[in-house]
Parts: sequence; structure tokens; C-alpha cells
Amino acid sequence: MASSSTTAAEPHAGHPPRLAHQFDTPAQQFESVVQGMWLFLATEILLFGGLFCAYAVYRANHPEIFEYAHKYLDTFWGAVNTVILLCSSFTMAAGVWAAQRGRRVMLSVMLALTLLGGLGFLGIKYVEYKHKWEAGLLWGRHYQPLYPPGHHGEDATPHTPASPAPAPPPPAPPAVPAETPPPAAVSADAADPSWNLHAFDSGPRGLLLPGSAPPVASEPQPVRNVHIFFGIYFCMTGLHGLHVIAGLIVIGWLLVGAVAGRYSGGYFTPVEVGGLYWHLVDLIWIYLFPLLYLIH
Amino acid sequence: MTAFSPGVALDRPAGPRTDYLRVRAGLASWLFTLDHKRIGVMYLVGILGAFLLGGIFALLIRTELLTPARTVMSADRYNQFFTLHGAIMTFLVIIPGIPAALGNFVLPIMLGARDLAFPRINLASFYLWVLGAVLAVLAIVLGSVDTGWTFYVPYATETTMGGVIPVLLGAFVLGFSSIFTGLNFIVTIHKMRPPGMTWFRLPLFLWALYATAIIQILATPVLGITLVLLIIERVFKLGIFLPALGGDPVLYQHFFWFYSHPAVYIMILPAMGIVSELISVFSRKHIFGYTFIAFSSIAIAVFGFFVWGHHMFVSGQSTMLTTIFSLLTYSVSIPSAVKVFNWLATMYRGSIALKTPMLYALAFIFLFGIGGLTGLFLGALATDVHLTDTYFVVAHFHYVMMGSTLIAMIGGLHYWWPKMTGRMYSERAGVIAWALVFVGFNLTFFPQFIMGAHGMPRRYYNYPPEFALLHQLSTVGAYLMAVGFFLTAAYLLHALFRGARAPANPWGGATLEWRCASPPPTENFEHPPVAGDPYDYSDIEYDPQTGGYVHVPRPAPAAPAAVH
Repeated sequence: MASSSTTAAEPHAGHPPRLAHQFDTPAQQFESVVQGMWLFLATEILLFGGLFCAYAVYRANHPEIFEYAHKYLDTFWGAVNTVILLCSSFTMAAGVWAAQRGRRVMLSVMLALTLLGGLGFLGIKYVEYKHKWEAGLLWGRHYQPLYPPGHHGEDATPHTPASPAPAPPPPAPPAVPAETPPPAAVSADAADPSWNLHAFDSGPRGLLLPGSAPPVASEPQPVRNVHIFFGIYFCMTGLHGLHVIAGLIVIGWLLVGAVAGRYSGGYFTPVEVGGLYWHLVDLIWIYLFPLLYLIH
Repeated sequence: MTAFSPGVALDRPAGPRTDYLRVRAGLASWLFTLDHKRIGVMYLVGILGAFLLGGIFALLIRTELLTPARTVMSADRYNQFFTLHGAIMTFLVIIPGIPAALGNFVLPIMLGARDLAFPRINLASFYLWVLGAVLAVLAIVLGSVDTGWTFYVPYATETTMGGVIPVLLGAFVLGFSSIFTGLNFIVTIHKMRPPGMTWFRLPLFLWALYATAIIQILATPVLGITLVLLIIERVFKLGIFLPALGGDPVLYQHFFWFYSHPAVYIMILPAMGIVSELISVFSRKHIFGYTFIAFSSIAIAVFGFFVWGHHMFVSGQSTMLTTIFSLLTYSVSIPSAVKVFNWLATMYRGSIALKTPMLYALAFIFLFGIGGLTGLFLGALATDVHLTDTYFVVAHFHYVMMGSTLIAMIGGLHYWWPKMTGRMYSERAGVIAWALVFVGFNLTFFPQFIMGAHGMPRRYYNYPPEFALLHQLSTVGAYLMAVGFFLTAAYLLHALFRGARAPANPWGGATLEWRCASPPPTENFEHPPVAGDPYDYSDIEYDPQTGGYVHVPRPAPAAPAAVH
């Protein structure tokens, strides 16, 4: 195709208006953009992959932390959020369907519903975060729980971790010896200001000699390093939340374009790739929800 | 082979004000350009500027090591300089060097396309590079950084130096610059090939860039999340990496090397691609084993993902893991050796022209041979325990990173310089500078192998006097190399303003970039070219009138002017 010799951005004679100068046909442009989006989604998955890997390493080495700490999370609201995101993924797919057929009103409505779903998700996430902030369920040294797990803060009796659990006792480690935590030298928990000095005194489990006596706990040992769960929880859900916000900005921009009639059956590429992105955001939550909330 | 399309004028000089350099004037026409060639040139300027900065740091380090005790700077300053040297050279120079600067310029032209698939993303990735460079400079201003370029925890989370977070942010941003370049390249190679450009007519440089882009896309995001976690760890004391909070510092090393080992192949694969082009063109012989070279690039990209653990042989990995990583590490040497053998076979009975780019390509093969073979000592478990964190490692990776990647980049810069600028440089100056760089490089780094084998640890500020001679040889070599690089800069700049006009095809290359004018017009080709075998030189003849090569179609009788 003959192209202008002056500038790349200048429209070419006989070039469809939405076709960039470097492409020959709208089909080539559409395929390129979609492939580019899929590659970008691959990078997003690998970005989260680092966090999933950290999760897997700590879960495999310290299952007791996850078993204990996940009871602080509110499965009900997590499930509600899952349903909300699934519904928003459906409305997004319906929006893409409408865009491909040039149905402007339906596209706008579907995008608006998707936007609402995303905002609802963020609202619930805000409530959950706020509760954890107030209950001291945070990372690192900020992990100073006010309640035992499973309470969700209805009653305000402060939880004293040194005398374990008035209501449901923290679950004892499983009976399998390989899963038993090493003998804790101190009752390490947040109440003890010096706990972090003893956190690694007994070394990783793999260092236990095979012939040494299996550590027997006469009473349930307090679970140590629970804060690591919350560190991972806030990193994973926080990064996901940032992606939800990015997705909402994209959808808002698509909505403006849809209302203005930018998209037609012949040109719906932004809706298509925006939809792909939103589905990825949804899919990541589908993995986060069971990994963080539904641990057995 | 396939005849060229009749409409393409091979040696037609670009008319005034139609080539990409002169089509528009003014700063804004560069800063907001979407032309891949201009973006490539801007990258080149930026990367060479960063190379100068990193090189000055290297000279300062070598000067300090001239004497066993303090020479010119304090120990703290020395720690900062080797950290900044490593971080700048790795993230700002070698990783983006060949793909973003040279690759950006030649990839669409070699492909026969008008531009990359996403010109705006291309420009955005350049500005991300600029932002990364600004953050690196900011780190120097805000109290510097002395962690080493690997930012190992817990030191990186505990040190009070103010530049740690800016440098981490800079590396994060540069990672995204690299991802977007790779994404652009993959889509362009998949979707923008003109009719006739099949996968196996791609020049081998494009296969190399494709393999590189795969790594850029699949490994770099892991570095991104690792650096984010490190920043969070440093600011909020998260507890994932910090041993004092129950975290695992070796997990950080795994995360870091999961990217940074494949990143080594981001650095070397494009260099190998350039060498494949240079060896064939300057031997005037079809590349030997095209498919083997092409697939060995992909194989290196794939194997490269499974060897990161060899950076942690002494970090307390299990014996099982170290053994597996050692075996996998050796497997990378197979596709690497396949390439070297194919280059040698290409040169065998070729008509070799020892022009400056070819000299750099030969230097690459020699230095990569040394760098690669010394890697075997480090991949072997028993010897690695002895050699870990010694100058042997320093010498090894400089032979691969600098002696191979950077040398190939300089070779590629000379090869495409006439295409990029439309000017020829002084061949004699080129050969002299090459000799200085080659001798200086070996003088700098070969003594370091000996020092390392004798137990001189890397990153040390002082050393026992028995190492003084070897350290001094190394420092003299570094100065010699610096003279060579400054000479290179001088004659290239001279060529830019005073050099002879370059013909469209000064070297007799058969790839498509030599079929558009020097410098190319903005849209590269007036008509989509029809690609043939990129290494078939039977149709290309020297034309004394233009001083370059022209295409003489075999079936048609040759034009009188082109026969000699």
C-alpha cells in the first residue's frame, strides 16, 4: 500500500479511519491488538505468579499459619465478592457481544453494570480491610490481634494470646509428624515484645534430625509468625485491588466511548481487549478466594 | 531464489527531506515521534550515555584497585561505585542495548514492515526507560546505594542508604520498558510479515530477537513483583523475606534469579543474532545450519528458565536441587555450542572481509568461547564452591556480558551505522579502535580469572599485596579499553558530520534493510518488498560507481553498470 512520505500519523488515502498506518487491513490490526493483549495478560499472570509462589512456599512449609489465620477472614463477604465479580464478567462478555453487533445502548448498559460490579467489589473489600485494620490483623509487627479467629469483631473482649483461646481453641497441628511445627522455645506471639528475636531460633523444619524425637506438644502450641499470612494476604489482595481499579478506569473510558458511539460492528477492538483484561482480573480473584478464604 | 519485486529501486538515493532523519526537524518531532527508527536512535543515544556513565564508574573502581590499600576513594564510596556500575550497566545498558536500540531500528525493516505493531507503546517504553534512568541518577543524588546490583536481603532492607528505593523503582520501571519492547516485537513478527516472508526466511537476528522477547515477557514480570515486594519489605517490614520476622531471604534470591538468570539470555541472544548476520555477510557465504541456529535461540530461551538455582549453590539449597540445577546448566551449553560451530562452518572456505563489524564478530566468538567455557567451571558443583564470589565469577560474566554482548552491540552499531546515519566511518580508525578494545578487554579480565582461582574475593576494597600485579594489569587494560571506546565515539561522531555518503548496501547484505535507501525513508519501503533467502549472495554484485552492492537478478541480463 502506498503511504504518505511526510508523516506516519497522517491519514492515508483509501485508509479506513480507525486503521493505524502500519497495518494493511482492519483484520490484521484487530488480530495484532488481541494478540498483544493476550501477551500482556501473560505478563500479568507472571506478575501475580511471584505472589502465588510465595504463598505456595509458606503454605507448604508452615501450613499451621494458614490453617490458623484464615479463620480471621470472613468467608461470607469473600463469597459475595466472588459472585459479584463473576456477574460483572458476564455483563462484560455481554457487552462485547453487543459491541460486535453494534448495539450501542446494550453495550452502554452492560459496561455500566460491569462498572457497578467492580465498584461494589471494591466497597466490600474496603469494609474487609477496615475491619482488619481495626482488629490489628496486619503484617509484620503490626499483627496485634484484638480477637481470636472466627469472631469478626462482634464482641469487643480483647484477645490475650498468651492464654490461648477462650472460645474455639486454635486448631492443634495435624497428627502427621511431618506437619508438626518445631518445638517452640517461647510462647511467641504479638503480645510478647521480644518475640521477633526468637522467631528463627529453632531453624527451619528441614533441619530437624531424622532420629530426633518428634516434638510432642502436651498442649496446643500457639501458632507463630501468623503475621506472614496477613503479609501475603494484603500483598495479593492489594495487587488485585489495584488491578480492579485499573480495570474500572478502562471500563469507564470504554463507557464514555460507547455512549459517544465510537464503537460499531466494524470496530470494537478496545471493547474486546478491555473485556479480556477484566476477565483476567476476575480470574485472579477466582484463585485468590479459595487460596485465602477456604483453607482446610 | 525468489526474485525481488520489480518495483523496488535498490540503490535509489533518498531524495532531499524524505529520509527519516530529515523529514521533520525540531526537538518535538523527535520527542513525539512514532517512527521506530527515530525511537531506536533515541534509545541508542540514551543507552550510549548510560554506557559512558557506567564506564566512568568502572574506571573509578579499577583506579581504586590499583594499589592494595586506599588509592583514591573511601571504602564506602567504592561500594557505591561498584553497585551503581553493576545496576546501570545491567538494567540501563546491556538488557535494552541491542533489542531496544538496534532491534527497534532494524526489526521492521528486516521484516519488510512499515513500523512495529504498536508505535505508541514503543514510544511509551522509551519514556519508561528514560524514567528508569532518571530514578537511577536520583538514587545517586539521594544518598546512593551500596547493596550490589542484586539487592540481596536482609542488607537491602536494612541499609540506611537513601538511594535503595529509587534504584529499585528504577529497575521496576525499566522492567516494564523491556516487557513492552518484547511484546511489540512478538506481535510484529507474528502479524506484520509481508507476503513471502515466511518464518524460515526471517533473518537470524529476528529469530534471536523473538527468542529474547519470549524471555522478556515471561521473566521480567517476576522481577517486577520481586522488586515491589522488596520495596514493601523495606518500607513496611512485611516479613516475607526478612529473617527477623520469620521470612526467608533465600526465597528472595530464588525470585531474583528466576528473572535475572533468564535476563542473561535477554542480553546474549540478540548479540548472537547480530553475529549470525555479520559472519554470513562478511564471509559472503550462506549461513551454515540456518534452522539449527534459529531453533537453538529458542532452546536457549527455554532452557534459560530452568537454571536459576546455580546462583545459589552455596546458599543452602538441598543437594538434590543443586545437582539438578547443575545438570540443567550444562544443557544450555549445547545450543550455545551449536551456534558457535555453525558460525565457524559458515566462515569455512568463505570469502572473508575483515571489516570492522566482522572483527567485532570474530572477537565475539573468541571471547564468548572463553566466557562460555569458564561457565562450565561455575556450573560444576565442586569447583563452584571454591570459585563462588571470587574474581573468577567477575571475569566469567564480563567475558559473556561485555566481551560478548557489548562487543556484538558495537559490531552491530558499525554494521548498521551507514543505514542509520547515511554516512560511512573511517575503516582504519575502526580497526585501530577494535584492536585497543580487544587487547584492553583481555588485559582487564583475563588476569581476573587467575586472581579468582587463587582466591581473590569479588567486591573487596583491599587485597593482599601478592595480587597487586594482576590488579594493576587489569586496571591498565581498563584504561586501554576506555581509549578504544573514546576513539570509537570520536570517529563515529566525525562520520556523522563529515563521513562519506553511504550507499544503500555498503556490505553486500541480502537482508531487506539493505534494499531501502541509507538512511531509509519514514515508511521504509515504497512497495512491500518480496522476501527471498536472507543469506543468498549469488545475486548481489559490487557496483564501483556507488561504492556499494546492487542486486542483479539472475534470470534477467545484468545491467552493464553493475558488471565488473
